[in-house]
Amino acid sequence: MRYAMAVDTKKCVGCSDCVVACQTENNVPNGYCRDWIVEVVAGSYPNVEIELRSERCNHCDNSPCVRCCPTGASHIVEGGVVLVTHNECIGCGACIQSCPYDARYSHPEGYVDKCTFCHHRLEKGQQPACVEVCPTNCLYFGDLDDPNSDVSKALRNRKWKVLAPEAGTKPQIYFLT
Amino acid sequence: MKSRRDFIKISAAGTGVAALGLTSLNWKGATTLLGANENDPVSDEELKLYPTYCEVCFWKCAGWAYVDKNGSIRKVIGNKEDPHCNGRLCPRGTGGIGMYNDEDRLKTPLIRETVNGEEVFRKASWDEALDLIAEKMDKLRKEHGPECLALFSHGTGGAMMGHLVKAYGSPNITAPSFAQCRGPREVAFAATYGEEVMSPERTDIRDTRCLVLIGSHIGENMHNGQIQEMSDAIDQGATIITVDPRFSTAASHSKYWLPIKPATDIALLQAWMHVIINEELYDKAYVEKYAFGFDELKADVQNKTPEWAYGITTIEPEIIRKTAREMAAASPAVIVHPGRHVTWYGDDTQRSRAIAILNALLGSWGRRGGFYFPDKVHLPKYPSPPYPKPKRSWRDAYPEGKYKLVSEVLSTGICDATIPNPNLSCHLRGWIVYGTNLMAALPDQEKTLEAIRNLDFLVVVDTMPMDITGYADVVLPECTYLERYDILRTSPHREPYLALRMPAAPPKYDSKPNWWIAKQLGERLGLGDYFKWDTIEDMLDWQLKQVDSSLEEMQKIGVKKYKREYEDLYLLENLIDYEFNTNTGKIELYSTELELEGFDPIPQYTQHPEPPSGYYRLNYGRAPMHTFSRTSNNPNLFDLMDENSVWVNPKVAALWELKKDEYVWLKNQDGVVTDFPIKVRVTERIRWDSVYMVHGFGHNNKKLTRAYGRGASDSKLITKVMEDPIMGGTGMRGNFVTFLKEDPNREEIES
Ligand code: SF4
Ligand code: SF4
Ligand code: SF4
Repeated sequence: MRYAMAVDTKKCVGCSDCVVACQTENNVPNGYCRDWIVEVVAGSYPNVEIELRSERCNHCDNSPCVRCCPTGASHIVEGGVVLVTHNECIGCGACIQSCPYDARYSHPEGYVDKCTFCHHRLEKGQQPACVEVCPTNCLYFGDLDDPNSDVSKALRNRKWKVLAPEAGTKPQIYFLT
Repeated sequence: MKSRRDFIKISAAGTGVAALGLTSLNWKGATTLLGANENDPVSDEELKLYPTYCEVCFWKCAGWAYVDKNGSIRKVIGNKEDPHCNGRLCPRGTGGIGMYNDEDRLKTPLIRETVNGEEVFRKASWDEALDLIAEKMDKLRKEHGPECLALFSHGTGGAMMGHLVKAYGSPNITAPSFAQCRGPREVAFAATYGEEVMSPERTDIRDTRCLVLIGSHIGENMHNGQIQEMSDAIDQGATIITVDPRFSTAASHSKYWLPIKPATDIALLQAWMHVIINEELYDKAYVEKYAFGFDELKADVQNKTPEWAYGITTIEPEIIRKTAREMAAASPAVIVHPGRHVTWYGDDTQRSRAIAILNALLGSWGRRGGFYFPDKVHLPKYPSPPYPKPKRSWRDAYPEGKYKLVSEVLSTGICDATIPNPNLSCHLRGWIVYGTNLMAALPDQEKTLEAIRNLDFLVVVDTMPMDITGYADVVLPECTYLERYDILRTSPHREPYLALRMPAAPPKYDSKPNWWIAKQLGERLGLGDYFKWDTIEDMLDWQLKQVDSSLEEMQKIGVKKYKREYEDLYLLENLIDYEFNTNTGKIELYSTELELEGFDPIPQYTQHPEPPSGYYRLNYGRAPMHTFSRTSNNPNLFDLMDENSVWVNPKVAALWELKKDEYVWLKNQDGVVTDFPIKVRVTERIRWDSVYMVHGFGHNNKKLTRAYGRGASDSKLITKVMEDPIMGGTGMRGNFVTFLKEDPNREEIES
C-alpha cells in the first residue's frame, strides 16, 4: 500500500478551504498551517498564466526528515505516511532544516508538526479533511497500489509533475498540469 | 518554485506573521476549542452532529456542526444531501466556526449616552434596551406614522425583522443586494423573459458545454454551487470564455481570456450578436417560436461589427468571431452568465439585457446546459393577521413615475427618503439595521451619514461591532447562526429542498436570536398577534407538519428533498408552447416595457469617462476566504487573509516607483483618501489603466481587534455613483484613484 495525492492545478482556485479545513480538523493553532497555497504567475499582460497549487508534506519515499530525527519521533507508518509522535519530539528542528519543501513547523507547544494525511481519518476509512472539503474537487487521494483508486486514475489519465525532483526525496504529492 | 513563505504573502498567514499576532490575541476561544492539553484530532464518532445552514454568505449551504463532549463546536462540515454544497462548504463556511469563537463579538445590549459632553455606549439589560426601542417606535408611530421607519437587512434573520416592520406598518424594507448588487440583472431578465435569475442562480453550469463569464470572477467569489459546477464543467471539457480586464482565477482556467478595456462590455456583446445573427448561427427554431423583435435587433446590430468593437474594446475581431462561433457550437448548452454584483457603470440593466438577449439567440433559456426552471417548497406561513396597509413609502422622495421598473426597495432610496426634501410630507426618522454594515455596503458614505444625521433613532442588530455600529443609539447583540434557530431555508433549485438550522451550542455572552428580538419588540408594541407561537420551535414544527415533515425529522436529517410539482426543469427543451410573463408573451429581444418607460428597447453601447492622467480605474472584487466586510475579523478567516492589497501593473509600478509590498494611500478623483495605507501588489494580472482591490477591508472600528486598520476600504473611495436610470442601481466602477506615498493625515498636521 502506498498513499499519495494528486492536485489538479487546472481546477484549483486557491481558495484555501483545504487550509482552514485542515486547521479545524487537526486543531492547528491560528497562525500556523500544515497545508498552504502557492500561486505562480508567469508571462506579462495579456499573455499571462497562473499555476495554483495546494501544497503539503510530500510523504517522501526517501525522507531526509525521518533520517535526521535524533529521537525517532519522525517515522513512517504503513502506506508510507510520515508522522511525528508529538511526545517523543524534542523540538530540535533538525527535520525542519532537512525538508526541501518547508513542510514542517514548530508547534507553539514545543514539538514539530506537519501534515499526517489525516491518519486518524484514514484509519476509519475516511479521506483526508482537505480532500473531502475541496469545493473544486481537485484533490485526488488513495493507494497507488490500487489501480482503481482516485489518485491512480488521475495519474494514469493526466500529465503530472512533482516538486523539486532533483532533491531525490521521491515525493508522493503529484501535480496534474 | 515558491516556498512556504510565499503562502504568507498570498494567504497572509504563516509562522512569522502569526508569532507576532499571537501576543495580541486572546487565545481563550482557541484553547476551549482544543480542550485541555489535547491537541490530537477527535474521531468523528465521538462528536455529536447538529444540522445547520451556513450564514457566512447568501448561498446558505446546509451542513452539520460537530460538537464534542464538552459542548464545544469543533468544526462545520457540509451536508452531502444538499445541492447548494454537496457536502463541501467553501472556506468561509468551513471557517464559519470563527464567527462563533470571535472574542470581539457584541456581548451585551448597548445604549448611547452622553457623559460629560462625550457620547459613549453603556451596557444595558435586554429589557431596558427593548423597552427603549419600543418606546421610540411607539412615539414615531404616533407622531409621524409607522411609514417613517425603515429596515435595512441582510441574511436569513432579516425575514423575522421584516415581519415585525410590516406588522408595525412600514413598507420600507430594503437590502443592499438589490441596488448595490444584482438588481440590474433581475430587472433585465424580467424585461426579457418575464422572470428573474434568482438566487442561487438558475444556471445549469453542471451540464454546460460553454460558459461565458463577463467580469464574473467565480472562484474568487465562492458561490459554492457555481464553483463546484464550474469545476465539473472543466472536467468535462467545457469551453470557458472569460471577459475581464484583470486576469482573474477564472480567466486562468479559461480557454479564452478576453482582456477587455474596462467599461466597454456592451460593445463586445453587440458584436457577438452581430456575428451570431449575420453568420446565421442563432437557434432559428427557438427564436422563431419564442422571440419578439428579432428583425429590429438584426437591423440594429448591422453596423456593430467586430471591427467596430475592436476600436472600443481592444479585443481582436478574429477573437470576437471565434468566441461567438464557440458559443454557437455549444448552443443550447451554453451560458452567458448574468453575473451577480453587476452595478458597475449605470447602464447595467442594459448590459444585463444584452446578456439576456445573447442567451435567447443561443436558445439557452429553459434548456439543459443553459438556464433551468427552478422549483421550491411552498411553505405555508404561520397564521397571523394581515399586515396594515401603509399610506406612504420611500418612493415619495421622488417625482411620480420615477423608478417604475424597480422591483425591490432601493437602499439608496431609503437614504434619499430620510433626508428632508420638498417632495416628502414626512421624512424617515427611524432605522433598524440588521446584519449589514451600511458604511461598507453603500457607496457615497457622505450621503449615508447625512441620512443618519436626520434620524431620531438608529438601532443596529448584529453579531459583530461594525463601522455602522458606532452610529447606533441602541445596539442589540445577536447570537451567531451556530447558536440559533432560524426560519427554514426554502431557496429554489433543480429540485425543491428544505433545510433546517438549529443551535449547536447555547448563545455565548448575552446574545439572543433574531426571532426572539422580533417577538419581544412585537409584544411590546401591541403586535403580539403577529407572533402567536411561544418559541420558534412551535412555529417551525407547525410549518413542517404542513409539508409532511416535522421538526423532529428535520433535526435528524437537516435537509429534505421534495418532488418537483411538474417535470419541467428544462421546460423549453422540445419547443413546447409557452407564454412568457412579458407584455408580448414572448422573449423580448426588443423590450416593449423599456420602450414604454422611455428607455432604449435594444441595448446600446455608450462611452464612459476614462481616468484622468495619473489616475487609474478602481476595480474591486472578492477573495474566496471573505464575505463582504463581515468576515475580516473572523479569527480563522483573518488567518487566511488579513489585509487586502492594491494590484498594480508592473509598468505603472515602475512609473510611480512603487515597490512590491510597499504601503501607499489611495486618493480618488474627489480628493477622498483611504483611512489606512494599503500594500502594493505588483502583478501582470492587471491592466495598466486600472487597479484592483478586494472589497471589505480597512475597518475603522477599533473594537475589531484584528481587522481594525488592516488594508483599505474601497467603499470609502467610491464617492462617484453612476446611477442606473432604469432601476436605481448604484454604478460603482467610475471612480479613479492615484497613489500617495506619504501619510496624508500627517501632512495635514504639518501644514
Ligand atoms: S480547497 Fe481545493 S480549490 Fe481550494 S485551494 Fe485547496 S485545493 Fe485549491
Ligand atoms: S515533504 Fe518534507 S517533511 Fe514531508 S516527508 Fe518529505 S522531507 Fe519529510
Ligand atoms: S458558499 Fe460558503 S459562505 Fe456561502 S453559504 Fe456556502 S459555505 Fe457558507
